[in-house]
Amino acid sequence: MIENGTFKPVIVGFLCNWCSYRAADLAGTSRMGYPSTLRDIRIMCTGRLDPTFVLRALQKGADGVLIMGCHPGQCHYQAGNYKAIRRFALLKRTLRQLGLEEERVQLHWASAAEGVQFAETVARMTEQIKALGPLDWSHNWPNEDPYAVEEATE
Amino acid sequence: MTQKPKLALYWASSCGGCEIAVLGLHEKILDVAAAFDIVFWPCVMDFKYADVEAMEDGEIDVCFFNGAIRNDENAHLAHLLRRKSKVLVAFGACAFGGSMPGLANFYDRDTMFNWIYMDSPTTINPDKVLPQKRYDTPEGELVLPGFWNTVKTLAQVVPVDYFLPGCPPEAQSIEAAVTAIVAGELPPPGSVIGSDVTVCDECKRTKTEKKIKRFYRPQEIIPDPDICLLEQGLFCAGIGTRSGCGAKCPAVGMGCRGCYGPNEGVLDHGAKILTGIASAIDAETAEEVEIILDTLPDPAGYFYRFHLPDSLLRRKARKNGKKQMDGGPQ
Amino acid sequence: MSEPRVGVYVCHCGHNIASAVDVEHVAEWAYKLPFVTIARDNKFMCASTGQEQIEQDVKEHDLTHVVVASCSPHMHEKTFRNACARCGMNPYLFEMANIREHASWVHPNDRDGATNKAKALVSAAVHRVIHHQPLEPMQVNIRPETLVVGGGIAGIQAALEIADAGHHVYMVEREPSIGGHMAMFDKTFPTLDCSACILTPKMFDVGSHPHITLLTYSEVEQVDGYVGNFSVRVRKKARRVDEDLCTGCGSCWEKCPIKVLDTVFEAGLGYRKAIYRPFPQAVPKYPVIDTENCTYYKTGKCRMCEKVCQTNAIRFDAEDEILNIEVGNIVLATGYKLFDCRRIPQYGYGRLENVFTSLEFERLTNAAGPTDGKVVLRDGETVPETVAIIHCVGSRDKHYNSHCSAICCMSSLKFAHLVKEKTGAKVYNFYIDMRPISKGYEEFYHRLLHEGTTFIRGKVSEITDAAHSPEEEGKLVVICEDTLVGKQRRVPVDMVLLAAGLEPRADSSEVGHLFGVSCGDTGFFIERHPKLDPVATMTEGVFIAGACQGAKDIPDSVAQGAAAAARILSTISKGQVILEPIRASIDESRCSGCRICNNMCPYNAIDFVEDLAVSRVNPALCKGCGTCVAACPSQIITGAHFTFDQLMAEIDGIMVDVTADDPFAVEAV
Repeated sequence: MIENGTFKPVIVGFLCNWCSYRAADLAGTSRMGYPSTLRDIRIMCTGRLDPTFVLRALQKGADGVLIMGCHPGQCHYQAGNYKAIRRFALLKRTLRQLGLEEERVQLHWASAAEGVQFAETVARMTEQIKALGPLDWSHNWPNEDPYAVEEATE
Repeated sequence: MTQKPKLALYWASSCGGCEIAVLGLHEKILDVAAAFDIVFWPCVMDFKYADVEAMEDGEIDVCFFNGAIRNDENAHLAHLLRRKSKVLVAFGACAFGGSMPGLANFYDRDTMFNWIYMDSPTTINPDKVLPQKRYDTPEGELVLPGFWNTVKTLAQVVPVDYFLPGCPPEAQSIEAAVTAIVAGELPPPGSVIGSDVTVCDECKRTKTEKKIKRFYRPQEIIPDPDICLLEQGLFCAGIGTRSGCGAKCPAVGMGCRGCYGPNEGVLDHGAKILTGIASAIDAETAEEVEIILDTLPDPAGYFYRFHLPDSLLRRKARKNGKKQMDGGPQ
Repeated sequence: MSEPRVGVYVCHCGHNIASAVDVEHVAEWAYKLPFVTIARDNKFMCASTGQEQIEQDVKEHDLTHVVVASCSPHMHEKTFRNACARCGMNPYLFEMANIREHASWVHPNDRDGATNKAKALVSAAVHRVIHHQPLEPMQVNIRPETLVVGGGIAGIQAALEIADAGHHVYMVEREPSIGGHMAMFDKTFPTLDCSACILTPKMFDVGSHPHITLLTYSEVEQVDGYVGNFSVRVRKKARRVDEDLCTGCGSCWEKCPIKVLDTVFEAGLGYRKAIYRPFPQAVPKYPVIDTENCTYYKTGKCRMCEKVCQTNAIRFDAEDEILNIEVGNIVLATGYKLFDCRRIPQYGYGRLENVFTSLEFERLTNAAGPTDGKVVLRDGETVPETVAIIHCVGSRDKHYNSHCSAICCMSSLKFAHLVKEKTGAKVYNFYIDMRPISKGYEEFYHRLLHEGTTFIRGKVSEITDAAHSPEEEGKLVVICEDTLVGKQRRVPVDMVLLAAGLEPRADSSEVGHLFGVSCGDTGFFIERHPKLDPVATMTEGVFIAGACQGAKDIPDSVAQGAAAAARILSTISKGQVILEPIRASIDESRCSGCRICNNMCPYNAIDFVEDLAVSRVNPALCKGCGTCVAACPSQIITGAHFTFDQLMAEIDGIMVDVTADDPFAVEAV
């Protein structure tokens, strides 16, 4: 997104209801400032994260995706975050093959008490993505079909 | 006697396997011939594009269109046949999802041209001649169709009424489609003509809980004939691929390649295979996961073998700035 | 079905939201979102006027869905769901956008950014809510039995409150006796009443209560089920003494030839036998055989205890018992661990023999302790003439524990008083800050000031036996900067007491995991809400009480034990509990039986039905995490209220162009 003439990343967040969403709440109640780049979506557990969601966010124009859940061993549902680790690892390899920079999609942990860590993670990721520039995924396939143009002008 | 409905069959960027699949109907092909008046089938009979152009819009009742769209000619025929046809069917994996031609979306035009016409070890091209869109000969100017950077599916170029999955579609799938068309019992437009379950449903192998400790490539092990291939560490896309083929590949010990595409309701075939495979990995720590994944080379190639162009991300990111790539020389 | 009609309400929250978010603009913009019939801003949505506005609009404008953009759903989701339910709407057709905690409060100086983010979050909620489906909460019956884990004062209080109300309690304690840390203390601050005198009657009540099943020397191994219906597997370790026959007469441990250093109850200052009862008032009264030290288990010989037991209660071949108990609620009261003072080598504990920990001093000064209550040096006879008490050992120090252990100021004051009373020694208290904050504590501090204890404000840097002057010879020298006078001090003393901090149990993370309770960054269990719900946890039916939730003293532990009991009694008397209908379900007609989901579920809620070759979710066991939903490569598992369509719509909604005047329309999934 371009705000006031400068590039401001849009990061879609998937936050686990029990830890990181509460860490974000805590960052709020404690008034810890961080960049307004994150747009977060609450899921019950990082184990719910269907890789399709990440792809959809990128396709729709997100510059990055931040997945956050409970620390390993502290999952509210015992092991959902371990499933997230597996899927994330494979997703990362797949996205690498699709030419996406590592920093664009990140998985981090924040317990409900870690408002500071939450705010720092968002700030750090924002800087990393600023350095990379806009992703603008749909511009990877500009129209090459001369007949489509023709039909449109008809 | 009422006039027979008019049928057209076309191949865009494809291998020709879909045409053979139609012949694979065996004696049933006679029923097709009896039921339809075939007005265009360049693979089999001599038609000219001009013949199609001369038709009234909507004159063709059904068009089976196979092949992906990756150049101006493919697109031209897609638009033309769309206009001339009442019902346009994306026939087979290439037209539906991009399939093998669609794997070109891991590259771009320049990369491919450079490799194929210059750098590959079997190429001798001292003058570094690359395909030209226009070429002057003594007889006049020759024009070749423009070659695209991004392979598209038929539905990404024109509206499509029905999708028939498979590489190629199995005879029973084609038969089901033809029967439905003849009987006028078609599902709502936009539907995939096929099942709404995955290959595992048809696969006879015994399935238990999956705990993959490492992956094997087909040449590395001789799989047990009765146990789920994935449980034996062989990549199998059957968990996330629409059934309808009769689970032919797993039946002979080869993991499903995924040619029937995503299950009903799924937006991204690769994402579903990915999540299924990742969920079956038996590891706790991120390090263990990485060690296991090291035994699965080219995951994107596995997951998007047949449906990269119609996946959510469609292609690999294009390097060197996106604008620059568009109007470059051919 | 007719088109959805969505009502959007954007809350100012006084200035809390409006100071950073252009609330009116967000409401105007939201009106242009697809299917939005009404969009309003409101000063306080959670106030009755705000809620009544929703009710009125639902009736007048026939709203089908409601979105409120205000605070965290953890704050007011229930409030607004109830408002929707009051006007006949299904409460799950409501969605909340968190524009306070996640926008205005964290972007106070970025009005454009906060407003744009608020717009994106509102758009996400609108896109999502139109995919919501009415859901019916599950009602389950509450079993009236309760499990209390931990037999310290907090657990004892909780157990007695519930049992006295006539409901059965299972108390599981890891050690051979209940009593916890409090049983080791001599006096309690600030009243200086005898710890045992006030605790042992309660311990006795627990042991003899008709509604309490006491399982000491036992540990919980597995917890299944959910609120109202937990199945708990308890390992009752073999005591090797038949509790039905043993009278607790004591002849076995009197005759047992093996002396073992007692590092648990006597804090390493005293000895017990290989067959032992931790302390005279132990409940239950039966001893336990310590198989690691008992000669019989090493050589197959001795059997002295068996010979002297007149009721033939010794059972050398006894084995652990596994008990399966069914309970409706659980109280975790697992207590704390004392900071290991060896971690601060410059304080010399373990190296300088007359440096004692607070717990060691409790035993020294206890009339039933190893010195019969005499305060003496490690040699067992010398009475100290000067004593230093160091506060905040291992607490309020980022190298060890950043938290304040809450009890050390007061126990240090208590020690100072006891030392003075018993020895007449000169006492120095080295403190950072004095925090005697509860009722009667400040008064106790004043009493100590008048008793002549010397208070030195400063963090002790070192305790050493290296003398710099003749008067330091043979003494322990406490080195610290006296921050009130601004000079370095070296104070020679005979004895040093380290007021060790309180830490979470070493296994608190594993125990928490077992019961579905998470630990905060200090390692103590996290309560549901730090202020308004201090004894509940994120897992329905599991409560926490006492020092396992955070360092606290006896009165606070008792209060929490009673509070947890009150919470549980209210659910028992209601008889039923309402569970969120957030559950997974499998479309069996479309399940291909690939079994990818089968080992996703930590609660074993997914069964494979062999004859149909499909997987099936048991809704009573499912807790709605959605891990199986995301795993299903056929995409035929639905996670209620977090469906594929809902989350995809939320992503599409969150990615709308917030800078455009007209946000684009919903894309059908």
